[in-house]
Amino acid sequence: MKMQLVRRETASRVAMTGAPILALALACLASLILFSLLGKPAGTALYALLLKPFLSWYSFSEVLLKMAPLLLIAQGLAIGFRANVFNIGAEGQFIVGAVCASALPVYYPDGAFPLMLPAMIIAGAVGGMVYAMIAAGLRTRFGASEILVTLMLSLIAVQILNYLLLGPWKDPRGFNFPQSVMFPDNALLPLLFEGTRTNISLLFALGASVLAHLLMQNHFRGYQLRTAGLAPRAALYAGFSAPRMIWLSLALGGLAAGIAGASEVAGPLGQLQRSVPSGYGYAAIIVAYMGGLRPLGIVASSFLISVVYIGGDSATVTAGLPVAAVEVFQGFLLVFYLLTFTLIRHRVVFIAKTVT
Amino acid sequence: MSVVEFLLAGTVAAALPLMLAALGEMVVEKTGLVNLGLEGMMALGAAIAFICVYETGSHTLGFVAAGLASALLAMVFAGLVLGVKANEVAASLGLGVLGLGLSALFGKSYESLTITGLPKMGLPLLSDIPVIGGTLLTQDIVVWLSIIGAILLWYVLTRTKLGLIIKAVGENSDTARAIGYPVGIIRCASVAFGGAMCGLAGAYASTVYTPLWADGMIAGRGWIALALVVFGTWQTGRVAFGAFLFGLLSLGELTAQAVGVALPSQLLSSLPYLATILMLVVISKRNLPQ
Repeated sequence: MKMQLVRRETASRVAMTGAPILALALACLASLILFSLLGKPAGTALYALLLKPFLSWYSFSEVLLKMAPLLLIAQGLAIGFRANVFNIGAEGQFIVGAVCASALPVYYPDGAFPLMLPAMIIAGAVGGMVYAMIAAGLRTRFGASEILVTLMLSLIAVQILNYLLLGPWKDPRGFNFPQSVMFPDNALLPLLFEGTRTNISLLFALGASVLAHLLMQNHFRGYQLRTAGLAPRAALYAGFSAPRMIWLSLALGGLAAGIAGASEVAGPLGQLQRSVPSGYGYAAIIVAYMGGLRPLGIVASSFLISVVYIGGDSATVTAGLPVAAVEVFQGFLLVFYLLTFTLIRHRVVFIAKTVT
Repeated sequence: MSVVEFLLAGTVAAALPLMLAALGEMVVEKTGLVNLGLEGMMALGAAIAFICVYETGSHTLGFVAAGLASALLAMVFAGLVLGVKANEVAASLGLGVLGLGLSALFGKSYESLTITGLPKMGLPLLSDIPVIGGTLLTQDIVVWLSIIGAILLWYVLTRTKLGLIIKAVGENSDTARAIGYPVGIIRCASVAFGGAMCGLAGAYASTVYTPLWADGMIAGRGWIALALVVFGTWQTGRVAFGAFLFGLLSLGELTAQAVGVALPSQLLSSLPYLATILMLVVISKRNLPQ
C-alpha cells in the first residue's frame, strides 16, 4: 500500500474557510504548550494575544491602524503570487514608497506645496512601483529570479534609508537623531475616528481589496494572471504574454506597497525615521497566504494578524512574554495553515502496489 | 594593529558564519529546493548554542545542539514542502519567522550574559610568516575544521557518486526517480544538512565571533548567505571565496568609518546585494520566460 495526495478538482468553500480556523486552533494549542514549557502563564498570554484587542475601543482602533498597511500590501502581493511571480521584497518597495513620499515634506517643511498629501501618495505609489519593476525588467530581460532580486533590493532599500537619515535628510534641529523633520499638518493623513490614530489609509486598503477582487474575478487580465499561475503551459498556448504577467504582477505589488509606505510616514509616524522598515512587507506575505491569496480571505487574515500584533503588545505586559512571542505565534499560524490547507485541498489516496 | 592587519585577522571570522550557512543552502538548492529561512535557522542555532555553552561550558556541546536544533527546524520546511506539497516560498518564510521568534523566546533570559570564546591557534611553521602569519593564519579551531569540511564537501559533490545523485535529483527529479534514486529522502536529508549548517553558522556567531546573545544578532547574515549561494554560482570553491569577499566587505564598513573614507558606508554595505543582482543577471539567461 502506498499513500498519495491527489489534488481535488475544485476547492470546496468549507475547505477555504475551515483551513484557517483549524490552523488558528492548532497555533493556539502549540503556543499554549510552548509557553507553559517555558514557565509562562500560557492562558493569560493567549487571552492577551487574541481577546484583549477587542476589549477597548482604543486597542481595537490600533488593530485597524495595523491592518491598513498589511491589507494593502498583501492584496498587491497576492495578485503576483497567483501568477507564480514571487515578489518577496515588498519591504523594500514599502521603504522606497515612504522615502519618495517624504521627499516633499522634507524639501517643503513649511507645507508650501500645492496638494501636498495627494502628491505624496502618488510619489510613494510611483516609487514603490518603479522599484519593484527593476525586478520585472531583470526577470524578463535576463531571467534573473525575481525572488532573489526583490529580496536584494529590499536590503539595499534599508541602506538607502539609512544614508538619507544619517546624511542629507537628517533634521538639522533633531539633536542628531537619524530622522527627518516632523511633517507639516497638510502632509498628514486625516484621521478616520477622532481620538484614535486610525487614518484613512484603511479606506485605501479596503478600496484596493475591492479592486483586487474585481480584477481577479471579473477581468480578463485577472483570468490571464490566474492561468499563468495554475497552468503556465496553457497560458503559453493561449498566447498570454508571460513577460506582461511578470511586469503587471510586480508593478501592482510595488504600487500597493509604495502607497502603504507613503501612508505610514504620512500617518502614525509623521516623519521619515529608522523604524519605517518594521517588517510589514514580510508579514504581508504571511497575510497573503493565510488569506488563501483570495482578496476576501486576505481582508480576514490581515485582521487576524493585526489582532495578534496588538495582542502581543499587551501580552508582553500581562504575561511577561517577549515581543518575539508574536513572531512565534505568526510562524505557527502560517506553518499550520500550509499544513491544513494542503490536507484539505487534497485527498489521501491509498494505492495498492501493483506488480509490473 | 594596523588597518591591514585588522582586516586580515577579522575577515575570516566574519566570513565563517556566511560560508557555513551558504554551503548548507547550496546543497539544498542543488537538490532543486530553495529554503529562504536561513536567517531564522541561524538565529535559532545562535540562541541554542549560547544557552548550551553558558550552562555547560562546552563549545562542542553548543555546536552539536545548535546543529541539531536548526536541522529539526528545517524539517518543518521539509515536511511542508515534501510531505504536503506546500509552496516553498511561504513555507520557508514561515519557518524563518518561527526560528527568529523561538530564538528570541529561548534566549530572552540569557541576554547581556557573557561566555568565553575559543582560543586562536596558529599553524606550525606557517604562523611565523610575517604579516599574515600572526593574523590571517592564526584562527580558532572551528575555522580550521570548517575549511577542512568545505574541502570535504567539494570532494563529495564533485568526485563521488553521492554528489552525482544529488546533482541528478536537482537537475531532473523525474529521471532520478525513474532510475530508482530515493528523491524524497535525498531532498529531505539535504534540507536537514542545510539546517544543521545554518545552526553551526549561528553557533559560531554567538559563541565565538561575538560571544554573547542578543535578539536580532544575526542581523541579516542569513540573507547575505542566501545571496552568496547565487554569487558563488552553486560551486563550493566560489561560495567559500565569496564568503571571504563578503566578510571583508562587512569589515570594510568598519574600516571605512575608522579611517574616515568619503565613501558612504551604506554603499559598502549594499555591495554584496548589488554584486548578487549583477551575478543573477549574468548567469540566468536560461530561465528567461517564454
